[in-house]
Amino acid sequence: MLSLIETWTEIIANIIIAFFLLSGAFFLLSSSIGVIRFPDVYTRLHATTKGATLGISGLLIGAFLFLYLQHDIVSGKLLLAVVFTLLTSPVAGHMISRAAHRAGAKPVTRHRTDEYEQAIQKQKQHQK
Amino acid sequence: MNQLLSASYTIIEIATIICLAAISVSLILLVYRIITGPTSADRAVALDSVGMNMMGMAALTAVLIPTTKINDVILLIGILLFIGTVAIAKYLEKGVIIDRDLD
Repeated sequence: MLSLIETWTEIIANIIIAFFLLSGAFFLLSSSIGVIRFPDVYTRLHATTKGATLGISGLLIGAFLFLYLQHDIVSGKLLLAVVFTLLTSPVAGHMISRAAHRAGAKPVTRHRTDEYEQAIQKQKQHQK
Repeated sequence: MNQLLSASYTIIEIATIICLAAISVSLILLVYRIITGPTSADRAVALDSVGMNMMGMAALTAVLIPTTKINDVILLIGILLFIGTVAIAKYLEKGVIIDRDLD
């Protein structure tokens, strides 16, 4: 009876690991399709920062669960990599978007106002 | 029951191989965006995403050959990716990476 419960626990754990890995790879692939399909630097950035962060989190959590449940190894580096990715990906996206705006990339918007440009102009007038 | 257990182990291997194929397709799409990006910021975005895909590929390799020695590589790719992205963004913004006049 006990071995039956252990066997079922192992089967369910394997299915959960496979689910995490597959969902992570799906989100990475869909973020790359977003990088191809979106019309603008800012929308591409929107696709790649959010989607790739979610995909990386899924893949690394899947690898952590695989090593923990099947080989009894607690690898804290994978969880540390998840935390590090969650911390640094928004910062990198913010810096790239500001650099693109300074380099003169125009956003494709339905209403043709660039609010960040207006804010920069207002700050310049305020400094004078 | 034992057949079901061995089938669930096979499911993980097949899922890992499917994930590697999906990440390969995603890398091909990103290389297309790097080559034909209209501006430099597009190329920077695509390079950031290429680094993310490399982290995922290293994690899948660690699952495929069960080892823990690749986990250092994953963390290191993440750190170097962040530094490289910040350097590219500062270069695109100001033209220099390390600004010497401290205003």
